[in-house]
Amino acid sequence: MNTLYFLIQQTMFFTIPLLIVAIGGMYSERSGVVNIALEGIMIMGGFCSILFIKMMENNLSGQVLLILAILIAMISGALFSLLHAYASINLKADQTISGTALNMLAPALAVFLARMIQPEGVQQIQFKNTFRIESVPVLGDIPIIGDMFFKNTYLTTYLGILILIVATVVLYRTRFGLRLRACGEHPQAVDSVGVSVYKIRYAGVIISGALAGLGGLIFVVTTSTNFNATVAGYGFLALAVLIFGQWKPLYIAGAALFFGFMKTISATYSSIPFLFQIPITGYFYKMVPYVATLIVLIFGSKRSQAPRAAGVPYDQGSR
Amino acid sequence: MSKQGKEKKKVDSNRKLLSLNLTDKLSGPISSVVAILTGLLIGLVILLIANPSNALSGFSWILTGALSSPQDMGNIFYYATPIILTGLSVAFAFKTSLFNIGASGQFILGAYGAVLVGVKLTSLGSVHWIAALIVSALFGAIWALIPGLLKAYRNVNEVISSIMFNYIGMYLVNYLVRETVYHQLTNRSLPVAQTANLPTLGLDRLFPGSKISAGILIAFAVGVLLYIVLNKTVFGYELKACGYNRHASRYAGINEKKCIVLSMVIAGALAGLGGGLLYLAGTGKYIYVQDVLAPEGFAGISVALLGMSHPIGVLFAGLFIGYITVGGSYMQLSGFKPEIIDIITAAIIYFAAFSLLFRSMLERLRFKKEAEHR
Repeated sequence: MNTLYFLIQQTMFFTIPLLIVAIGGMYSERSGVVNIALEGIMIMGGFCSILFIKMMENNLSGQVLLILAILIAMISGALFSLLHAYASINLKADQTISGTALNMLAPALAVFLARMIQPEGVQQIQFKNTFRIESVPVLGDIPIIGDMFFKNTYLTTYLGILILIVATVVLYRTRFGLRLRACGEHPQAVDSVGVSVYKIRYAGVIISGALAGLGGLIFVVTTSTNFNATVAGYGFLALAVLIFGQWKPLYIAGAALFFGFMKTISATYSSIPFLFQIPITGYFYKMVPYVATLIVLIFGSKRSQAPRAAGVPYDQGSR
Repeated sequence: MSKQGKEKKKVDSNRKLLSLNLTDKLSGPISSVVAILTGLLIGLVILLIANPSNALSGFSWILTGALSSPQDMGNIFYYATPIILTGLSVAFAFKTSLFNIGASGQFILGAYGAVLVGVKLTSLGSVHWIAALIVSALFGAIWALIPGLLKAYRNVNEVISSIMFNYIGMYLVNYLVRETVYHQLTNRSLPVAQTANLPTLGLDRLFPGSKISAGILIAFAVGVLLYIVLNKTVFGYELKACGYNRHASRYAGINEKKCIVLSMVIAGALAGLGGGLLYLAGTGKYIYVQDVLAPEGFAGISVALLGMSHPIGVLFAGLFIGYITVGGSYMQLSGFKPEIIDIITAAIIYFAAFSLLFRSMLERLRFKKEAEHR
């Protein structure tokens, strides 16, 4: 039983950042802007918020500090994503290029600034992790379910689930969501009824920036106690989860959970008695999440349909 | 209108056509140059904010550091070689409108193939390095074949499958290195035999002390070859047609599935060859067993973008990145961190994305001029 609890808790650590970032990417792509810069935005959000935690940790700790850091991560991610929005919406730039530029810029900037700001001139930012929740009051005492979902966890896990619900409702049940989806499919139609395609697309990119920045913070806080200007390719993986999840929130959640679970198996196979006995080298377990995703894609991609206008700059003059 | 007048008008229109053509051809390089200048300017601004008193000396290191000795000049070519190959790989796939983000995995597979042959097949003698390079290209090609097939026959998005293949390749090479060519004490691959190292062809005497080898000549040759393939052959025409409009080319009788697979395979071979050229350069480069994706693959994306996906443009872009990388290694002397080079490169790529804007500005300028002439 303990193994099962452990597996579920670990799966959450891997799943939540992927889920949040992929949901962010969904908002950008469904509005018609391909956002390959998720990785860079994650790094920027992680950098700013971890730096904030580092500077504040003598005065604050625990959930208050985490909530403030979450705000910092979202704001910095949103601001950084404006670079992508401006290039791809106003200047009609190639969205892959500007995304790649942001992916290059973020780690370089993070290392450069960390080495300049920190007195020792090192690029790693060490911080104290005071955010883990041993057991949620009341809920953690429920048998079985309490052990599964309310022990050894982080506030961000519940935030992630909340974001999934809100994102789904906004996308499918609000006027803004409808307009956003329309911008990704047929922006001329949106324009013809007097709604600004530019504004909607800006909103899409900024939401993706805020969520990717948040995902960067969550990834670092739940897996490490120092930030080294990297999020280990999670932004790209989130992109994969987004495509794997067919640009739909619930499918994305499923894809993130699937990938998170596979990642858990590959990271913890040595502490799972059943798997440990199978004589396979650890390298193959590390490949499991990626191979499994590929196999699922092979059988699920035939009907795959990206938002029709994703990646195409909006030009009022064209039909 | 008299006959003469007609003739004159024809010549005029021909001349206009010519100038139009010329501006079209030049607007690519011009916008790249503008992007480079803007990126450098951003770098200068960051230096000025970080440390005003040393900013100018630091900036001049970036601009001229690579020219300070023959050794540095030679190293430009050493740094440029692998990223030119990965750049060509990305650019080639772009021509069929495929985004080969998997150059990193293909690169490391190629590197492993080269090292494997370099360590094991020591009886080959003078063709040892050629065999190793062929195997490196082959390994890279195989690693791109699967995403290509998946794209063509199962509609699997090549971006996501090649991202997955980057990671699978990294772990696979870690495993294979440990099983076949492992040096336990240093946690890296064994050194390759002397015969597997690329010849230097006297280039090392031209740039004494540098890490240059014949690799750069191979990179140039491959670039020119790709230019010919893309622009002067039916095959290249078909690839580009598939890139512009897949459906139209199918109706024109082009086998678009074959185009996709071949384009990926060739891109993979190029990236793999890049891995071979770097790890056989005779500079004490080893494959370390670590969970880090090869950065050369991602550098290739920026080289391809800066070179506007044109084979010859990629050669220049690779040399330019090599040039400022060597210059950046001197930045410590002015008290700056070398990461400033990455920031400048990123800024350049960002502005390169605006090429459309630059082009339309150039166009407007031209129309204005023409209007004045009338």
